[in-house]
Amino acid sequence: MKTSLLASDARTKKRNAAEARFKAYGLSAIVVAMLALAILLTSVLTNGLSSFQQTYITLPIELSEERVDKRGNRDPAEMARTTTIGYAPLLRDAIVAEVARQGLTTDLSDKDIAAMISKEAAATVRNRVLASPNLVGETLTFDLLASGRIDGFFKGRVTLETAALDGNTSPEAVMLAQALADAGVIETKFNWSFFTAPDASDQRPEAAGLGVAILGSLYMMLVVLFLALPIGVASSIYLEEFAPKNRITDIIEVNISNLAAVPSIVYGILGLAIFINFMEFNQSSPLVGGLVLTLMTLPTIIISTRAALKSVPPSIRDAALGVGASKMQSVFHHVLPLAAPGILTGTIIGLAQALGETAPLLLIGMVAFVREYPAAFTPEAGLFGEASTALPVQVYNWTQRSDPAFVERASGAIITLLVFLLIMNAVAIYLRRRFERRW
Amino acid sequence: MEDMTQMDRAMSTEQDIKISAKGVQVYYGDNHAIKDVDVEIEDKTVTAFIGPSGCGKSTFLRCINRMNDTIDVARVMGDIRIDGEDIYDPKVDPVQLRAKVGMVFQKPNPFPKSIYDNVAYGPKIHGLARNKADLDEIVEKSLRKAALWNEAKDRLDSPGTGLSGGQQQRLCIARAIATAPEVLLMDEPCSALDPIATAQVEELIDELRQSFSVVIVTHSMQQAARVSQKTAFFHLGNLVEYDDTDKIFTNPQDPRTESYISGRIG
Repeated sequence: MKTSLLASDARTKKRNAAEARFKAYGLSAIVVAMLALAILLTSVLTNGLSSFQQTYITLPIELSEERVDKRGNRDPAEMARTTTIGYAPLLRDAIVAEVARQGLTTDLSDKDIAAMISKEAAATVRNRVLASPNLVGETLTFDLLASGRIDGFFKGRVTLETAALDGNTSPEAVMLAQALADAGVIETKFNWSFFTAPDASDQRPEAAGLGVAILGSLYMMLVVLFLALPIGVASSIYLEEFAPKNRITDIIEVNISNLAAVPSIVYGILGLAIFINFMEFNQSSPLVGGLVLTLMTLPTIIISTRAALKSVPPSIRDAALGVGASKMQSVFHHVLPLAAPGILTGTIIGLAQALGETAPLLLIGMVAFVREYPAAFTPEAGLFGEASTALPVQVYNWTQRSDPAFVERASGAIITLLVFLLIMNAVAIYLRRRFERRW
Repeated sequence: MEDMTQMDRAMSTEQDIKISAKGVQVYYGDNHAIKDVDVEIEDKTVTAFIGPSGCGKSTFLRCINRMNDTIDVARVMGDIRIDGEDIYDPKVDPVQLRAKVGMVFQKPNPFPKSIYDNVAYGPKIHGLARNKADLDEIVEKSLRKAALWNEAKDRLDSPGTGLSGGQQQRLCIARAIATAPEVLLMDEPCSALDPIATAQVEELIDELRQSFSVVIVTHSMQQAARVSQKTAFFHLGNLVEYDDTDKIFTNPQDPRTESYISGRIG
């Protein structure tokens, strides 16, 4: 029978159908992935973006001598004896006076009005006074944090209905806050202190910030960069260019690949055993965190560096050896510069992975509540030896807390972490493009 | 061996012997790649190695500057001397040897650096130039010798990889002669080039004969006939015949050589 090119036969139809099906599977897989990503980003952004805003109450506060400097000698050491509890009445009087000045009436007691101000605010005022004692006796205008519930009201988290059921606030307080906001006393501003303030306790989510976590993560990344990059690159160069190919190097190679697949929490146990129990470094310190993450990142860096070295064409090595370069000259003058973009990309991807790693840090105590900034160097604790926390651990920590305000904080921390990761990956892509050479 | 008598006769008429190899054996693992090769290569002469693929001509060439050292499984035995010095003596540093015996590879492989840096690299690492002016002079001289100066003098800072294939190969030749070698090894230098570039490189090889002893491996018998004064025919790891090029192509003694030249094997 003569076949026509215009009509496709059964076999062709079947093949075309199979191809169409395969394309549909691929497309649907991508759609699912994009949807998941969209849902993730939407949920994180809707929950977290509000953490970059914060509600402040602007109050003039009279720093009366009888409250803050009972001896009257302006000696910071003496004045430090007055605790934040001693400052609370100043704030209470100030906000009650402000409410009266705005001509607002309320059924709330003075104590309940004062509860609109964050518990953190007294410390803010106290620190300011202790920093410059000659302010005593003057009246200063402070931007004070509003309490978590009031903050939540302006972000839509707290409504009149939920306030009625809430032991920590009341519909009256919320309405008063709205009136004060209309009068310009309460304002919502960009929340710089989210990036600078340390963590805060369960009772004051409004004061909690990522400062210590960002600094801790930065210190750890420095440790990782300065240990993992040289060690990883040096061992890859040795293994790839100098080591004899025999059974021992084969075993080492297999083990490095295996190490890359070891669950990260295992590195945490290793770090706990070696760095804290045996070498007795401080727990929770960026040094230990950095060392653990270095161990975890090394295989990634070694594998990507070796791949980068392998991809340099052998003709370049021949050319260098042919003009009488030594092995080392050929590696350092010719092979390494060509492999550099690959090595850099691998290192940055490894760092990004380390930045987002939580599990091993939990085991070495980085999950602790850290209220103080870690110092880069102290004589007692050494380099990066002071207790700190890290970004992903801070997220984990905040999600454990009961106050719904911490949901917002945790999502904000996730956004911050994602932005850092995006920046690092963008840098990796840029470096790859910038230094990539053709041969 | 019957061709030994031939070789001896050929040798008796020649000038200086630059490279002399005796009983050279090369193994790649279990594979016996070069079997008992004896050859004497003259100074200021172009010697061509011809033979079918896999016959060992490139392997033998790479023995002369010890490039086979970089291959883990390769073992070289026998005696290779340059100017009477055994290059496989434990006291010989292959790095120094390779400065003396330059090599040009099959595929043009300039460094991904500027034309200037490509040529200057060898002199720099061997400390042949005392200052920048010296180096400039070496670069210019090498590029001139490689017949690339006129094309490259205005773009010394542009990357060597941006040149055409033939120019790249001449750049590689310039790079090889910049270290002032005494022997120049060429491993099929024209196999990746078009006919015009090939002609230029061949012309260049003929000029290089003035200063160096040139050993060239080639697949093209016409090329061997055009550029070389001596030709060695390799077959299955054996050196079958080695004589004046004219003789090899007009009056081969060994039936295998004749079959190869007339296109029956290869």
